[in-house]
Amino acid sequence: MDLRLPSKVLEHIFSFVDSNEDRNSVSLVCKSWYETERRTRKKIFVRNCYAVTPEAVARRFPEMRSLTLKGKPHFADYNLVPDGWGGYAWPWIEALAEKSPSLEELRLKRMVVTDECLEKIAASFKEFKALVLTSCEGFSTDGLAAIAVACSNLRELELRECIVEDLGGDWLSYFPETLTSLVSLDFSCLDSAVKLSDLERLVSRSPNLKSLKLNRAVSLEALGSLLRLAPQLVELGTGSFSDKLDQEAVSKLSQAFSELKQLKSLSGLWDVHPEYIPLLYSVCPRLTSLNLSYATVQMPDLVELLSRCSNLQKLWVMDLIEDKGLEAVASSCKELRELRVFPSGAEDLDETNVAMTEQGLVSVSEVCPNLESVLYFCVQFTNEALVTIARNRPNLKCFRLCVMEPFSPDHKTQKPLDEGFKAIVEGCKDLQRLSVSGLLTDKAFQYIGTHGKKIRMLSIAFAGESDLMLHHLLSGCESLNKLEIRDCPFGDTALLENAAKLETMRSLWMSSCFVSFGACKLLSQKMPKLNVEVIDEHPPETRPDSSPVERIYIYRTLAGPRLDMPEFVWTIHKNLEIGVSNLAIE
Amino acid sequence: MSEFLAAEHDYIGLSEFPTMEATKPTSDNKTKTTDNNNNNDDDVLNFKATELRLGLPGSESPERVDQRLCSLKSSCPVSGAKRVFSDAINGSTKWVFSTDSSAVEDIKPDVPVKEKKSSASAAAPASKAQVVGWPPIRSFRKNTMASSQKQGGGGDNNNNNSETEGEAKSGPEPCLYVKVSMEGAPYLRKIDLKTYKSYVELSSALEEMFSCFTIGQFGSHGGCGRDGLNESRLTDLLRGSEYVVTYEDKDSDWMLVGDVPWEMFICSCKKLRIMKSSEAIGLAPRVMEKCRSRN
Repeated sequence: MDLRLPSKVLEHIFSFVDSNEDRNSVSLVCKSWYETERRTRKKIFVRNCYAVTPEAVARRFPEMRSLTLKGKPHFADYNLVPDGWGGYAWPWIEALAEKSPSLEELRLKRMVVTDECLEKIAASFKEFKALVLTSCEGFSTDGLAAIAVACSNLRELELRECIVEDLGGDWLSYFPETLTSLVSLDFSCLDSAVKLSDLERLVSRSPNLKSLKLNRAVSLEALGSLLRLAPQLVELGTGSFSDKLDQEAVSKLSQAFSELKQLKSLSGLWDVHPEYIPLLYSVCPRLTSLNLSYATVQMPDLVELLSRCSNLQKLWVMDLIEDKGLEAVASSCKELRELRVFPSGAEDLDETNVAMTEQGLVSVSEVCPNLESVLYFCVQFTNEALVTIARNRPNLKCFRLCVMEPFSPDHKTQKPLDEGFKAIVEGCKDLQRLSVSGLLTDKAFQYIGTHGKKIRMLSIAFAGESDLMLHHLLSGCESLNKLEIRDCPFGDTALLENAAKLETMRSLWMSSCFVSFGACKLLSQKMPKLNVEVIDEHPPETRPDSSPVERIYIYRTLAGPRLDMPEFVWTIHKNLEIGVSNLAIE
Repeated sequence: MSEFLAAEHDYIGLSEFPTMEATKPTSDNKTKTTDNNNNNDDDVLNFKATELRLGLPGSESPERVDQRLCSLKSSCPVSGAKRVFSDAINGSTKWVFSTDSSAVEDIKPDVPVKEKKSSASAAAPASKAQVVGWPPIRSFRKNTMASSQKQGGGGDNNNNNSETEGEAKSGPEPCLYVKVSMEGAPYLRKIDLKTYKSYVELSSALEEMFSCFTIGQFGSHGGCGRDGLNESRLTDLLRGSEYVVTYEDKDSDWMLVGDVPWEMFICSCKKLRIMKSSEAIGLAPRVMEKCRSRN
């Protein structure tokens, strides 16, 4: 009796399996499940563009409709990865144009995208619907024009914090009059003003438009007319919020805002003038997401605004909110799930005028039961506060604390913050993402290794004392997937002892540590499934194997060493002259 | 665990590196032990030891020269031109990255936590260098905040409470990131011009960043009247190394750095480029013309 289900039945069942993690599990059950699953998977996520070749992906998933790709390592966001390192979108787009012409959606993060790439997309994918570029660079507004003019079924065009060569605002005018399918448009990172009349016409012929994020050049007055054309918006990113408006214009704008009955998310708000904040009051009660991180608004005005946001789940704000403001937020926004507090630009920490300390976060943790994701920049912290936060919020999933001065101890006791972070990892058993800061000894990492069993991503800077630190992490954190470390004093031993661990992780980044060139070579030899990239401006022959390297990026890959490495990336594969190390490190 | 420790390999070549021998006490200027098993709560962290200080080569320095820094310097085999820290460097940075050519950028900001607005406050911002990528804020955010603070400075009260109308020095200052490229260098740097107060500081920083590429040596660095240098000596310094520093100004002209007053320079500088003297010769006449037309 054949107990196997017919593949048609399997396909039908698998169509209900959405998450790729589940689909990955499904594909491991047996060959026929693998085959059925791969033929039906439409959304593909490749979280490291060098882990696998585009051809392999296209071959495995013939029905691919949506591809999400990530390029550079996370620390590229902070200028730690030199320009020219890699992360090029072109090989992917070229391969997909040939092998997966039915591709509809492309989501790229931290990749180099050129105008050529955009033109190729426009020319090759007839059903193309969505382009979302996050932290990408390398293209100009001409490339956008190519997309606008050719993609007749375009639904989403989102540029999130990209670095774009801005040749003017004409690109928007290339959307044809026949394009009526737009659902989401985000050009908030561009500088140049687009032609308002073209934008208005685009908006008015897009009845499905749900998300509109304008750039700074769009004035407050223009915003009014746009809102009147799109009262159905669910997400709005305003432009500059600081023109001088006359009374009539203000009341019209107020009216327009109050018509936004579906609005759930608000962002933009650059240069917010305090007197215009009341314009937002009408939408506050419905908001679930509010990004004030570019709004240089003072605490009293922030509190006025936030006290009306009883349904807020996600709040991004600057430290201008101060402890007092966060206390107020805690009492008004009980549904809060995610809080991010950014520094307001006080580079000179001596002269910070902002009264925000650890107390603000403690208040929020006390009162908001659903708080699970925190990113908090501040000047000082204490173990006591961390212990309290952990006790209040064992449900934390993401905890990123950035005490801005490196090596800052507990400002009350002058002790390291080891015990505080111990409480965090011990108490928050579901913690998946952790960034530590402040003065930390190896003990802190012993605690993290012992308790942080679910941690997938860990970011460390200016911490620890020795190799033990790294050893604790690599041997203890079972779920560790991404580890990024800068300016920590550990070296080769821990890395080599835990080499096998690296194949179970997506990537490891280390910069300004004490890992030697010899160790990198050795690791590279021992572990053929890893790409061990040394990013260093000095040719390795000019110094001994024992000298530390500047930066290392290690990632697992099925694709072998990549072919697009620049001069300053050294590997034993590319740079055969380096030779094989006979340095024996225990 | 013990074999793990015993196998420590002092690859940096230091005679005594506390982190490699976890049971030994650290060097003299720290009282904190690094013994992991020691839960001695009486050990008060020697706060001074963890205090971050910075001085650019040539600047005055109090007591602290980190012993490890000195020994690292001497034992490190990396090219000497690059490692030119003056003897007077304030080096009590805890972790020294001896071969990191971006050392100036990696040196921690001069923010003495205890010593708030002392008379050193004038000196503190002046000698502060930027640690690359710290605090971890995306460039997009940094640039956006910088330009919004610039825009908002015109008397509107929509800025930080530290900026009031008419106040000459506002609190948080905007960043002024410019790219610095150099002929032959594999990649660019970005620096915040606002962290330097004079051409002298800028030139020191550039020296540190790019000296690995220069063929000639710069002049001596140990306090030889650095303070007395005026702007026009900048090109003298660099001429010896066959390179000059140029910048692209607001009008997209390339000018020699050092000819206009510092304040004017940072307002008009968009990009910096270190190029070979031979290629920069053509710049000089235009610079003169510009200066004339400005004056």
